Amino acid sequence: MNIEIKDLRFTYPTGLEAVSGISLTLEAGEQVAIVGQNGAGKTTLVRHFNGLLQPTSGSVKIGDWDTKKTSVAKLASRVGYVFQNPDEQLFSRDVLTEVTFGPRNLGYSKEKTDGLVERALALTELSDKTETNPYDLSPTWRKMVALASIIAMDTPIVIFDEPTTGQDAVNVARIANVIAELQKEGKTVITITHDIDFCAENFERVVALSKGQVLLDGPAREILGQEEILAQTYVEPPQLTRLGKRLRLKETVRNQEEFLNAIARRA
Amino acid sequence: MAFVNLQNVTYKYPLTKAPVLQNVNLQVDEGEFVSIVGPNGAGKSTLCYALAGFVPHFFKGEISGSIEVDGKESSKSTLDEWVLNVGLAFQNPFNQISGAKYTVFEEIAFGLENIGVPREEMKSRVEDAMALTGIRDLADRSPYSLSGGQQQRVALTSILVMRPKLLVLDEPTSQMDPIGTREVFGTIRKMAEEGMTVVLVEHKMEWIAKFADRVIALKDGSVLLEGKPNEVLTSDLLVENGFGISRYTSTAREAKKQGIWKKESLPVTLDEAAEGFTK
Repeated sequence: MNIEIKDLRFTYPTGLEAVSGISLTLEAGEQVAIVGQNGAGKTTLVRHFNGLLQPTSGSVKIGDWDTKKTSVAKLASRVGYVFQNPDEQLFSRDVLTEVTFGPRNLGYSKEKTDGLVERALALTELSDKTETNPYDLSPTWRKMVALASIIAMDTPIVIFDEPTTGQDAVNVARIANVIAELQKEGKTVITITHDIDFCAENFERVVALSKGQVLLDGPAREILGQEEILAQTYVEPPQLTRLGKRLRLKETVRNQEEFLNAIARRA
Repeated sequence: MAFVNLQNVTYKYPLTKAPVLQNVNLQVDEGEFVSIVGPNGAGKSTLCYALAGFVPHFFKGEISGSIEVDGKESSKSTLDEWVLNVGLAFQNPFNQISGAKYTVFEEIAFGLENIGVPREEMKSRVEDAMALTGIRDLADRSPYSLSGGQQQRVALTSILVMRPKLLVLDEPTSQMDPIGTREVFGTIRKMAEEGMTVVLVEHKMEWIAKFADRVIALKDGSVLLEGKPNEVLTSDLLVENGFGISRYTSTAREAKKQGIWKKESLPVTLDEAAEGFTK
């Protein structure tokens, strides 16, 4: 199921134009990272995908559904959205109720719901915390509850808004694992992130936004090496990409394996 | 006598079973820039609350040991005395913004209003602080209309404007773009050079190595390791205990095993890595 964005513009009631003419096609099963400086319009853009915001002009289509003509409730069956701040998302008394809410609301059978919830809890390593109140968990685990409650909805498109903020190395690895699993299932994963190393290690396509427009769009390997253009939107290439450039390696490297291979070839 | 002096601090929140801080000893000199690293749940934010007086004055709970800042002891002070010396920028700026103000300018003035700073002085201090953190163009916006990274800058500014002697920052750049992060680190470094004492909780190792004077690694509520940034941040103990480390460090460690990295010490920053990998 593709996402088709055509000439999208969005102006907030305050008069601030946050999206200034974006056209993009995100294809089914793609893993896309959206990067760019604070205020570039990243969150505003993705909030159009599930109808939380409506275009001022232009259009967004999720498969054959135009978001202007489709309710947020209906769009929720196609687009899951994990908020940047889990505290804006969680409301139930315990983890199990929280994670069950989405799939049950979508009208899935009890059997299907139970299966989805169990899988989502296992993926996020929450299976031993089902009876805990989400607000008794640390912010780290609340983030995992927010992830689980969206994954359990089994939507073909999943959006993560800054999933690694404030997370330690162990949890970042856990989140990367969740994204890899969703990829295996053929889901479209769209992630907003400032963590450019995380982006390099987990995403094939990168869209860089600047001032409400698309600055760069393409395969991660091509985009992440473009230091000067990325600087326009306050993004730096990943650590190992920068190191590779500094050492004048021939190719753009994105991760440890690529870097060490390139170094070995150089020697 | 250290400017900040924690002696055997052990603390338990009212509803938790185990202590979150256990026998923490910590000394920080005046004007020193100290960074605290650790996995989630290590007690970093609680340590920030303890320095800022929220633990135990606001959160209650059981505390033992002593917390001194600038020769005054926390247990013998009230929270409104304590905040005149110590400023804390919260991990989540959304929790810090007052909700009582319509514009960023007023939000930043809020703390000064509360301590009765004269109107003209207040205006010029707010202007200066906004210039320092590069947010003058946000002055008339509503704090709630801002992006996450912009809110973090407002939260930081509203603390800097108070000119605390001790500045405590809990992941102040977690929602910021990389170049914004560099600017904020530069501002914090400048404040330290002007004599402000800084305690910073942070996951971004490369920036810590560039800017901090000393690093304290916290694990399960206790100090695991402390010392110069490069010694602490390249220690094997960090990897064994689930700490995040710089990609430069982890890649050089692997390269060392393969015999490609020849130096004894491991890098944390781009410059150190580039030097070591240059033929």
